[in-house]
Amino acid sequence: MHALRPQKGLDIDLGSRLQHVSVNTLIKNATRNAVTVNGLRKAYRDKVVLDGVDLSIGEGEVFGLLGPNGAGKTTIVGILSTLIPADAGTISVLGNDLRTEAGTVRSLIGVTGQFSAVDNLLTGEENLFLMGRLHHLPATERRARTSQLLERFDLIEAAKRTPATYSGGMTRRLDIAMTLMGRPRLIFLDEPTAGLDPRSRHTMWQLIRDLAADGVTILLTTQYLEEADQLADRIGVLDRGRIVAEGTPDQLKRRIPGAHILLRFADAAALDGAARVLPEGSRDDDELVLRVPNEGGIRSLRDVLARLGDGVAVEDLSIHTPDLDDVFFALTGNPTREQS
Amino acid sequence: MTTVTIALQDAKTMLGRELKHTLRYPLLLVGTILVPVVMLLLFDYILGGTIGHGLGAAAHGAPYVDFLVPGILLMTVASGCGHTAINVNIDMTGGIIDRIRTMAVTRGALLAGHVGGSVVRALVATTVLIGVALLVGFRPKASVADWLAVLCIVAAFSIALAWLSAALGLVAKSVAGANGSTLPVQFLLPFLSSTFVPADSMPVGVRWFAAHQPFTPVVDSLRALLTGEPVGSTAYLALAWCAVIALVGYVWAQVAFRRGTR
Repeated sequence: MHALRPQKGLDIDLGSRLQHVSVNTLIKNATRNAVTVNGLRKAYRDKVVLDGVDLSIGEGEVFGLLGPNGAGKTTIVGILSTLIPADAGTISVLGNDLRTEAGTVRSLIGVTGQFSAVDNLLTGEENLFLMGRLHHLPATERRARTSQLLERFDLIEAAKRTPATYSGGMTRRLDIAMTLMGRPRLIFLDEPTAGLDPRSRHTMWQLIRDLAADGVTILLTTQYLEEADQLADRIGVLDRGRIVAEGTPDQLKRRIPGAHILLRFADAAALDGAARVLPEGSRDDDELVLRVPNEGGIRSLRDVLARLGDGVAVEDLSIHTPDLDDVFFALTGNPTREQS
Repeated sequence: MTTVTIALQDAKTMLGRELKHTLRYPLLLVGTILVPVVMLLLFDYILGGTIGHGLGAAAHGAPYVDFLVPGILLMTVASGCGHTAINVNIDMTGGIIDRIRTMAVTRGALLAGHVGGSVVRALVATTVLIGVALLVGFRPKASVADWLAVLCIVAAFSIALAWLSAALGLVAKSVAGANGSTLPVQFLLPFLSSTFVPADSMPVGVRWFAAHQPFTPVVDSLRALLTGEPVGSTAYLALAWCAVIALVGYVWAQVAFRRGTR
């Protein structure tokens, strides 16, 4: 190469370009963020939908975007998946600026929208073939991948039928299988279990866990608090276009006090006795109950019982752990009420 | 692969899908063909006697069916608009278009597939129509070159209407709305042109409209070609109109496609 191109300037150029590339790669690896969003805003006329959203999702993470209807979840998915232009804010998806490299972003992501987007006139198998063609897969790989996905999503028997004959859960599974055809590194699942019966919902949860185990980054939106709790590594609570809280499910639950053991007594004397041995509890003399803060877990329950001993007659005992519903209520003041 | 080969491959994929839709659910196409066939029989057998008498010199001494068939050919192409708009609308409201827009698929491929499918259907439909017309006594006097010109005009007209229908299908809120929005193109414009009778036999206001709207030069040039009369500049006017309609439909459809469901 040196013999062919003796100019020194070119050598230096090549060298610095190589260096440039490796620095870029280093930066990408160092940040390890699948999605970075800063100051994202979106309004339709004078209706503000997103009011300065900041988000960061690590590679391989399952991030749950939790919020009631109208909070802006679908708009965020729409913007991140290049469907809707943002009004303001910087967005980077897998190291690509969404504004200038939308085409590259599209080749890296997979999107399953809120409503199943399958071709109802083609069979399940043909739907997957179609995706394979659009991803420009060679015919052999297209066929191999289709049969893999049909098997993985339990659609082999339904492969030769059109989705018109499918149940809601099957259509959803086909939808996600189609999303996976191009081996996306980042998957958006917009309310993947909306409208599914409990059994299909659990099947879907398992599928999502399997995807996460493959190392794919997942952005999941849901209005089911339990779902975010079950699936997400981290949760962002979205309310009226803003992220009002962010953290692991446990971190969020810890943000509100309220885990307690509720002891109910038959008379005031028993309550007095219990309050003496459990001074940290707060008593309610009218209801004859004592609320003892509880870190959670068997150990702390056993500790409370041990301190009560045999001397105090407890009529009833119940354990209250805050769920994400409590968190949501504490953070937004309106648990699952629709926002309009 | 270069951008161009990828674009062609994507368009081919989408055309294949559209043709598969048509073959698998042929009822829409059958309906599209049936309407002009019924029109042909209705106008020829039931109304043709009287209309034929009234035509006078405009018929050049030929039976009414020779005057009628070129008009019905145009109706056959226009009749496909509903089909195209419905198919495009199903993709839009069913989320297929949004799915495609999140993928690294050539932007225009999906609509190109729809338009291509629409043109193929129009050519099939017009071929069937000509077959029926021959059975009921249509006797064209066109040379091979005339037939090629007819093919060109039919293709150009169907490309133009397909892009317009695609746009109408994209902006319609529902499948029914998509079909409804093409009805003026399917019925009103053909009737208010020289499809069934010459424009100058109409009342003054309508006559002006009929003489200046795009369907009239298309019918007139098809009629001249098929009856062996001199075409003159009408064919160029027809092709110019096709180009204008195609361009408007194309730009409108691209904008609507980029907007997606929101």
